Amino acid sequence: MFTVASLLDAFRKLNPFTLWRNPVMLIVEAGAVFTTVLAVVEPSLFAWAIVAWLWLTVLFANLAEAVAEGRGKAQAATLRAAKRDTMARLRSGTTVAATELQQGDVVVVAAGEIIPGDGDVIEGIASVDESAITGESAPVIRESGGDRSAVTGGTKVLSDEIVVKITQKPGESFVDRMIALVEGADRQKTPNEIALNILLAALTIIFLVATITMQPFAIHAKAENPGIADSLALTGDGVSGIVLVSLLVCLIPTTIGALLSAIGIAGMDRLVQRNVLAMSGRAVEAAGDVSTLLLDKTGTITLGNRQAAAFVPAEGVTEHELAEAAQLSSLADETPEGRSIVVFAKESYGLRERELRGAAWVPFTAQTRMSGVDVDGRRIRKGAATAVMAWVGAPDEAVGRVVDGISASGGTPLVVAEKDRVLGVVHLKDVVKQGMRERFDEMRRMGIRTVMITGDNPLTAKTIAEEAGVDDFLAEATPEDKLALIKKEQEGGRLVAMTGDGTNDAPALAQSDVGVAMNTGTSAAKEAGNMVDLDSNPTKLIEIVEIGKQLLITRGALTTFSIANDIAKYFAIIPAMFAAVYPGLDALNIMRLGSPQSAILAAVVFNALVIVALIPLALRGVRYRPSSASKLLSRNLGLYGLGGIIAPFAGIKLIDLLIGGLL
Amino acid sequence: MGWIFILSLIVALGLVYRPLGDHMYRCYSGAKHTAVERGVYRLLGVRPDTEQRWGGYARALLAFSVVSVLFVYGMQRLQDKLLLSLGFDAVPDHIAWNTAISFVTNTNWQAYSGESTMGHLTQMAALAVQNFVSASAGMAVAIALVRGFARRGSDTIGNFWVDLVRGTLRILLPIAFVGALVLVAGGVVQNFTGPHSVETLVGGTQNLTGGPVAGQEVIKELGTNGGGFYNTNSAHPFENATAWTNWFEIFLILLIPICLTRTFGRMVGQVRQGHAILAVMSTLAIASVVLTNVFELAGDATVPQAVGAAMEGKDVRFGVANSATFAAATTLTSTGAVNSFHDSYTPFGGMMTLVNMMLGEVAPGGVGAGLYGMLILAVITVFVAGLMVGRTPEYLGKKIGAREIKLASLYFLVTPLLVLTGTAVAMGNAEGVKAMLNDGPHGFSEILYAFTSASNNNGSAFGGVTVNTPWYDVALGLCMVLGRFLPIIFVLALAGSLAAQKPVPESAGTLPTHRPQFVGLVVGVTVVLVALTFLPALALGPIAEGLL
Repeated sequence: MFTVASLLDAFRKLNPFTLWRNPVMLIVEAGAVFTTVLAVVEPSLFAWAIVAWLWLTVLFANLAEAVAEGRGKAQAATLRAAKRDTMARLRSGTTVAATELQQGDVVVVAAGEIIPGDGDVIEGIASVDESAITGESAPVIRESGGDRSAVTGGTKVLSDEIVVKITQKPGESFVDRMIALVEGADRQKTPNEIALNILLAALTIIFLVATITMQPFAIHAKAENPGIADSLALTGDGVSGIVLVSLLVCLIPTTIGALLSAIGIAGMDRLVQRNVLAMSGRAVEAAGDVSTLLLDKTGTITLGNRQAAAFVPAEGVTEHELAEAAQLSSLADETPEGRSIVVFAKESYGLRERELRGAAWVPFTAQTRMSGVDVDGRRIRKGAATAVMAWVGAPDEAVGRVVDGISASGGTPLVVAEKDRVLGVVHLKDVVKQGMRERFDEMRRMGIRTVMITGDNPLTAKTIAEEAGVDDFLAEATPEDKLALIKKEQEGGRLVAMTGDGTNDAPALAQSDVGVAMNTGTSAAKEAGNMVDLDSNPTKLIEIVEIGKQLLITRGALTTFSIANDIAKYFAIIPAMFAAVYPGLDALNIMRLGSPQSAILAAVVFNALVIVALIPLALRGVRYRPSSASKLLSRNLGLYGLGGIIAPFAGIKLIDLLIGGLL
Repeated sequence: MGWIFILSLIVALGLVYRPLGDHMYRCYSGAKHTAVERGVYRLLGVRPDTEQRWGGYARALLAFSVVSVLFVYGMQRLQDKLLLSLGFDAVPDHIAWNTAISFVTNTNWQAYSGESTMGHLTQMAALAVQNFVSASAGMAVAIALVRGFARRGSDTIGNFWVDLVRGTLRILLPIAFVGALVLVAGGVVQNFTGPHSVETLVGGTQNLTGGPVAGQEVIKELGTNGGGFYNTNSAHPFENATAWTNWFEIFLILLIPICLTRTFGRMVGQVRQGHAILAVMSTLAIASVVLTNVFELAGDATVPQAVGAAMEGKDVRFGVANSATFAAATTLTSTGAVNSFHDSYTPFGGMMTLVNMMLGEVAPGGVGAGLYGMLILAVITVFVAGLMVGRTPEYLGKKIGAREIKLASLYFLVTPLLVLTGTAVAMGNAEGVKAMLNDGPHGFSEILYAFTSASNNNGSAFGGVTVNTPWYDVALGLCMVLGRFLPIIFVLALAGSLAAQKPVPESAGTLPTHRPQFVGLVVGVTVVLVALTFLPALALGPIAEGLL
């Protein structure tokens, strides 16, 4: 974890002009400089030991940030490799460097060539290797029109030839932005980080004043007890500078101050590890606050396709007959529904797939609304009830009731007919992904409302919604409905997260607080969202929310820990400073620390070491299990509040025992 | 006996909690004005139905306070030319300025001896009037902050003049009227006589000054003011005649600060939120009262050990326990009235009175000031705790973002900085040190107490320090002004910022702020923040003295 590069970086970050962004650590550095001067003027082992550990405190803080950044840098290096210098072949025939491409230029990319910039495919279809960005080695299909038209610069065309219209501005490609993001080059402090920094600054000011104002009190106390000899901590001039700085550094919230930026960087990084790119830290934070999740039914909640779930035969027809006919009609049907019928017939009735010779396939068209097969003199059709009934010529009332029943239950009925009689109905159903209900229950415990978005009719939508356990649904949703729903939720003070991929999702993505665009989506969608999921897995929205929460919890937990630590430090340092003049104060030395020097040094050493000890936690984030706010608070308060009070008592005592003999 | 005293107080406060809390809610929420109020508004030239943004509200409050300071200052300086002066001279300028500020800021720090400095007119028209309006101003600020929480997307937080007038006329005056009658019945004087010379039992002569004491006494407690008619304040039999008037005075002290939590709950539409805040205040207050009693009754110091009880500085008609309870009540609220001398308390008993004030006067604090101080602490608690539940922190549906936490932090910074820098400057300065009566840690405690009391607008004195010098009058006067008005400005700015927000709806992911968990957390945060801020100072004062 601690590489040489990060160590070097930690030293580089000692530069006060870099450090000023972190006022808490800047004060520690100022203290380190001040005590160094004091130690040079009046050297002692104690003084130099304190000086060394104060510098280490700053270095440890820098190290935390450097390590967090280092992880992003490795990723950036991989991405840079994808940004090789390529040449772009314009459709007009001329060839220019990829970096010179302007928005609106149209380029031709053939198999084996690198796509020179971000854009949309306007002609052709090709398989593209996007592993440079997604890490996924399987090629993806990119084609003109529709929602799979976006291509990313730096990816490689494997087959065929496409014509791409460039949509990026020079130097602002997706890869460029990704590099900047993972490197944290233009990392802005997020709103919550700013707020926390203000609180830390306020605490620092209080402790600064509490420490400085102690000086006249101490001088007075010493003057009142002239018989008592000067001690290392307290002379007639008051508390020694080195001890005063030690106390200050121990009191100001150095632990959280040191780890704050590492926590933020690591939070972004955790998203990157899951192949999600957040365009800003603000978006990650907002994810933790989300109270409404809009989830597309297809692909997120359900497997994406209706599947055959039952064969309901008409009167006088056996199930087996129906299944056989349905299977026959679907053998050449490459739609997911068609395939599911074949699979279902095989699983339920043991009907094997067959090779049919001389069969004439009747494809589905929007006009006929049915498909089928003519083979061996049989004419089988399956399709929408009205269409098939009309084809048969005689509506079957019993079957009509079955059809209505299936529709009412949210399923899709496919009527199967042969020649002049209706054989029965195939019940097609949306299949909810496994484990979704549990996920949504979890969400509910976290206080998040889930809303399913679907183009289905309200009946179908309701059935799926109930089966999946979402809180609400929006049926027959148009992009405008979606946008209106988001606005309505936001009006009520809720933060909304959604995923989207199509161009028509763009307005809703832009309006939502957390808009996750699928990498397979159009560039308009990617532009509108504030996150891009490179895996294009809409379920990941749930993980994103958890990462957002984990980020905030880590900050809160370490802040609590940092403040709780101070109590023990007072018990170490106050008796060390003043027990000489007021021997009664030795009663506060409840840790029974060896000597005043070792007590003060132990507190400073503990303060520095705790930073290093917590770097892994800051990078990993505290453990987060979805549960109610009350439970979360109790757990974290016990762990980091109570733990924060107790840990330093043990830690300081231990260090005191170890160094007691050395001083 | 001490337990019955405390328990009966709790029961009595419990009985009036709902009716008074609801009455105050109606006072501040109603749209109608009474004829008298309309007259006052016309006289002031304000439009009572126009609401103010936070800036306008703050400017009105500051303008009113400046005028009040000038008026009180002027009255004292011209006292010898006014009626009922009892022959007293004009008050010296530094004392007059200190006193004017002291009463306008609801501190009632008294750098003078009432019965030998102030004439009856000054007491009534200047000081007693401020006892009403400074209390009412504090309540107005609290109500403005509560409106900030209660309102959705509003750019105004109420009208200062309306809140001020209603608080005075509808809440303070009626209670004070009844309270004064009760006190008179209990033996507190109410007349216009001048000094009487009386021969004492041992043969000396003593000057006894009568005066309109009961009327001033009741608002002194009710408005958590604390400025006594007499120098010995509530230890004087004309101010606090018997054990049961003592009980009644403590009741008055706690009355409004406690019941305002109900008003708060009603205004934000969730009574249980008010209960939570009350629970925080009560936990701190009961702990403090019990500890003060324990320390005093144990009498763990040299003199009390020798004489059998810590009776020095306490009146026999109250006894140790009821004096300790009064001391805790007066410092837990920003009252500052005293019926015993805190300087003479055992080191740890005395420390409790200091710590009570260092809590920031929030348990339950001054009228209004206690509630807004506590709400600020709740905001700070919510911020840290809210992060730990994985959301941008919110309190009562309002997000605690950068601006809110900045204002809350600034609020929280003011008093500790004033207390510590003030004490440090005094300790590092010949003028400051020479005023000390005692040496050693106790002398230091006296000065620490003076600055703690002034900066927190408490007004009680540990005693011992000679504070009626120009240096202390100016220094403590500055502490009082800054300690009162800077926090008020931050509170009103916070109110404005909260009122403008649209509330976030509550969900299972919201940190519940009405459960014992949250109550415990606010108590913890308050105590830890205070301990961390003041431990070095306390260690060199009362703790060093107590552990000697």
